[in-house]
Amino acid sequence: MTRHLLDRLIQSAVVLAVMSFVIYGLMGLMPGDPVDLMISANPKITSEDAERLRALYGLDKPLIERYANWLGAALGGDFGFSRLHAKPVFEVLIPALGNTVVLLGASFALSLLIALPSGIWAATRPYSKTDYTVNLLAFAGISVPPFWLALLLIIVFAVLLGVLPAGGMGTVGAEGLWDTLKHLVLPVATITIASVGGHTRYMRAAMIETLRQDYIRTARAKGLPESRVVLGHALRNALIPVVTIIALDFGTLFSGALITETIFSYPGMGKLIFDAIMGNDFNLALIALLFATVLTLVGNLLADIAYVSLDPRISYGKVRS
Amino acid sequence: MTTATNTLPPPKGVWRLTFERFIEHRLAVASALALGVMVTAALAAPLVEALIGPADAVNLLARFAGPSTAHPLGTDELGRDNLVRLLYGGRVSLFVGLTAALVAAVIGTLIGLLAGYYGGRLDALLMRFTDGVISLPMLPLLIVLAALDLGKLGLPQAWVESEDVSLYRIIIIVALAGWTTVARLVRSSALALRARPFVLAAHAQGAGAARIMGVHILPNLASPIIVATTLATGNVILLESVLSFLGLGIQPPIPSWGNLLTNAQELIWSAPALAFYPGVLIFVTVIAFNFLGDGLQDALDPKALKRY
Repeated sequence: MTRHLLDRLIQSAVVLAVMSFVIYGLMGLMPGDPVDLMISANPKITSEDAERLRALYGLDKPLIERYANWLGAALGGDFGFSRLHAKPVFEVLIPALGNTVVLLGASFALSLLIALPSGIWAATRPYSKTDYTVNLLAFAGISVPPFWLALLLIIVFAVLLGVLPAGGMGTVGAEGLWDTLKHLVLPVATITIASVGGHTRYMRAAMIETLRQDYIRTARAKGLPESRVVLGHALRNALIPVVTIIALDFGTLFSGALITETIFSYPGMGKLIFDAIMGNDFNLALIALLFATVLTLVGNLLADIAYVSLDPRISYGKVRS
Repeated sequence: MTTATNTLPPPKGVWRLTFERFIEHRLAVASALALGVMVTAALAAPLVEALIGPADAVNLLARFAGPSTAHPLGTDELGRDNLVRLLYGGRVSLFVGLTAALVAAVIGTLIGLLAGYYGGRLDALLMRFTDGVISLPMLPLLIVLAALDLGKLGLPQAWVESEDVSLYRIIIIVALAGWTTVARLVRSSALALRARPFVLAAHAQGAGAARIMGVHILPNLASPIIVATTLATGNVILLESVLSFLGLGIQPPIPSWGNLLTNAQELIWSAPALAFYPGVLIFVTVIAFNFLGDGLQDALDPKALKRY
């Protein structure tokens, strides 16, 4: 187990290292460069000044060397300065990260709370009307464009009914828990609807597969009530593949956050990344993208741990007697 | 003897049986029909344009007009006809979706085939790579790719800024996100086929790796490839619409279902209907591709778990 975890940690570190280089390289290909941005703010700068600035900031050096310098600083805790926010990157990142964790955490929990029971419910009545309906709704959830869903929710609840705010995180002058919650409803609903379909289908498929096993027949033959068979015997095994797939889907969840946060102007990581890329804020975009990568990698690692602890048959690196 | 054989129903071909299984999946059949209508309508866009008027005819006196005989779905913020623009947008979105799904299928098939056939180290390497790509936060990375200045790669600026390039660029970008599912499905099927007697026989006859993969294994991978490509098409259309909505995909004045919604958010208070139509079309198209993929899976792989 420890050995396996170590392997996975090293793997994740490799992915992260490769991604940091790739993203760093891509940032260099974004339109405009930092010196151009300074020139645009100050027309008196001559081309010699620009060259001097380039040399000062090390922009005339080869990519590898610039990357090495950046990496050294980043590892030392210096993430640079955000151009858009005029603050150190780290100070911008942390509150946004907190907001996204709240948004994704709530959506993820809500999605599972709906998906697991309905997946199980549908699986215990395969090919029935109920199953059919659940499947139809699940497909609808998977296929709906999340940004359009968000627009529809805004039209219905903010424009037509006027009961919920169309965006932001709080009303000025009316702050409080209730106000915060009201601002969370539509973004959370968007991400939940977009992810609940996939979760339901995974749960249903895994449950149907498990219910066909011999030990389930044994449990039924012993005369156990159906609820014990399903929830006691089948669920634990059916959850194993579900946990893996759902955790691998964490990247998708984050993509949902980017769209949702951008539309609802919710100040989280997704909006931060989008604004940073659009606003040529290279330092911020770079670190925020890497943070998002770390988040998904950590999600995958957690899934791996859950996978092992749910399934007693899997015991990495241990010889069983 | 002859009378006994005469009572048997005539034998049916493989495709006939597949078709009969497909017909049973009512949602998939309905989806196939819906997609047929959608493609026909998109192809007929110039005809509709001839009837209603040019797609880019601005008429500031008829902004946000409601449905009428002249404009069956009303007009947008510049008085342009919604129906004609939706149809032209459909041409672009469907073209990008289908092309990108094909590109994704080619990449995925190549990687999955190599990994599954050779196995061992190459398999481990390719699948680690695939898993790595799957685990990435895709959308932010695609946004970066879409925002890149290709001119910085030393490509001629005029070429970089041409309309065709923005189209090919979005195709490649969304294909980059779509190949992983194909690769995984193809790999697991190829892995199973590799040990089958007919592959061993080909090997014993001295066939090379390329021949075995191309002639013996690839035709047997048709089912997973068709299913994965169909499902990928839905995802790819969804992704294109997201990027175009954010202003990073298909650039106006070329309409696509995604970028028709870009303005819709600002106009949400004055013209909520504008936000409705393009989204419905994306939704219907994507769900139809998903149902179609589901139905094809049941039809092409009768041994698999029956869904509907």
